[in-house]
Amino acid sequence: MSPNSLTGGRPLPHAPRTDFDFIAEKIAPGSRVLDVGCGDGELLARLVKERGVDGRGMELSQEGVNASVTRGLSVIQGDADTDLRDYPKDAFDYVILSQTIQATHNPSIVLQELARIGQHIIVSFPNFGHWRVRLKLLLQGRMPETPSLGFQWYDTPNIHLCTLRDFTELCDTLGLHIDDALAVNGTRAKRIGKPGPLDNLTASEAVFMMSRTS
Amino acid sequence: MITTEKPEIAAAAAEAGERVNARSCTETFGADEPLRLDSEVELSPFTISFQTYGRLNADKSNVVLVCHALTGDQFAASPHPVTGKPGWWSNMVGPGRPIDTDRYFVICPNVIGGCMGTTGPRDINQETGKPYGLTFPGVTIADMVRAQAMLLDRLGIDDIFCAIGGSMGGMQVLQWCAAYPDRVFSAIPIATAARHSAQNIAFHEVGRQAIMADPEWRQGSYLEHGTNPAKGLAVARMAAHITYLSETALHRKFGRNLQDRDEITYGFDADFQIESYLRYQGSTFVDRFDANSYLYITRAMDYFDLAQDHGGILANAFRGTTTRFCVMSFTSDWLFPTSDSKQVVHALNAVAANVSFVEIDTDKGHDAFLLDEPEMLDTLSGFLESAAQRRGLTT
Repeated sequence: MSPNSLTGGRPLPHAPRTDFDFIAEKIAPGSRVLDVGCGDGELLARLVKERGVDGRGMELSQEGVNASVTRGLSVIQGDADTDLRDYPKDAFDYVILSQTIQATHNPSIVLQELARIGQHIIVSFPNFGHWRVRLKLLLQGRMPETPSLGFQWYDTPNIHLCTLRDFTELCDTLGLHIDDALAVNGTRAKRIGKPGPLDNLTASEAVFMMSRTS
Repeated sequence: MITTEKPEIAAAAAEAGERVNARSCTETFGADEPLRLDSEVELSPFTISFQTYGRLNADKSNVVLVCHALTGDQFAASPHPVTGKPGWWSNMVGPGRPIDTDRYFVICPNVIGGCMGTTGPRDINQETGKPYGLTFPGVTIADMVRAQAMLLDRLGIDDIFCAIGGSMGGMQVLQWCAAYPDRVFSAIPIATAARHSAQNIAFHEVGRQAIMADPEWRQGSYLEHGTNPAKGLAVARMAAHITYLSETALHRKFGRNLQDRDEITYGFDADFQIESYLRYQGSTFVDRFDANSYLYITRAMDYFDLAQDHGGILANAFRGTTTRFCVMSFTSDWLFPTSDSKQVVHALNAVAANVSFVEIDTDKGHDAFLLDEPEMLDTLSGFLESAAQRRGLTT
């Protein structure tokens, strides 16, 4: 199994990463960053190089961990569902969870843990409200398989898919303020601040940046 | 005056020590610099025997401390003076190796209580004129590390760029990070634990009982009696050696294959290859190791419990640490399983330490850290390179 499949459908490394551009831009230079589900460390390496961050990673697949450590990153093998609780409160300025939340067992608890250990949270995930997903289910009557969701229903690691609206509502419930968001549609990306109904239809993926309101 | 039944045996042992030290560097600490042991005994005088590889740079920032395991010694990357075999970590330490001696200055000391030149139970107690034997004070992992710190002080070295070791060597690395956090820039504890498990204490006890059951052991004073508990020590080694391997590796290497025969003999010769192999391991071990040292050093490992030393919370051992850690374990190691390493990682995360954790997929068991495991060597090279850049060590 490739690290890609284990991180829950993270796009292939050669794909353009507009979400990475957005994240890199958001992160203050020299800050403390934890990338949960860091894969082979591509984003983390970029943040260390371009933003001079004190970067740490957590990754489920041992291949991903070993590849990350070999490239000089500080990465541990760990599971977002169970291992975030080891970290102390406010251990990081930013905690990133890219393309992983939909593969966790308890997204709500994971988000609360992220908010506990980080000042700012950055979460990216595939949007199940995208028009292509809705259309496939409506017209074909089958679980949608799209470029962002490239699995059959029986072998997908994505067990907790949601739409932009679902995610926004969960953030409200958990007392998380959405500071900014990026709607990604294929290779195009758009800053949307806070997502509206149209974004929920047109974005195939989204990146949210949040902070605690209390 | 040494009073022994066969003084030439003790003399030969002393001479063997001198022969080893002729091939090693030594530093002796006199009455004014005793080693204050955890047992509150002061060991004095004492000598540390060590090997160095590579060159110390001008600002003394390229020191790698290699800590050896239970039956290891200072000959990490040079031929062993007794067996003539290559250094036990020749694949890790040397020019162009992950611990590149063209770049780093490697120090590998023999532990206190050892039998390769550093003061241990085989050496003469200055007060009695006899070999220490069981009058040697009990030592701990912390004592070993304290002695190493005194050695570095003597050599004028403040900081270690990297402390690295496997098994008991890894315990020393963890102890270094807990006791001298400001002196360790990076640390690589491999196939180790922050405390010795009940199962591991049990295996050690089997080994010790084998030694002590050997009539030649003479209550530990075999040097004075001119005897050698070689059989007991060999059995201890045989039992321990099984724990260093994995069932899969044993099966792959030996299976149920017979040794130099086509049929079983209905006797107790080494019918099976695995028996022959273990007997060989036992018999060669006694040529290079002292039985009492084996007792003392296994005891030091048994006593190791870093959490207990810090109020029962392992994370407290590392609070405020700025050391960069790379913890490593092996999938088939059942002596120091991955769960042991993960406890260390959890504790380090709890203090938001800079930690990497790598588990290497191998069927070679605990011994894997001594073997040519490409993934181990590659990841450690990557970790060390990154740490070297942070430390400002350029090639």
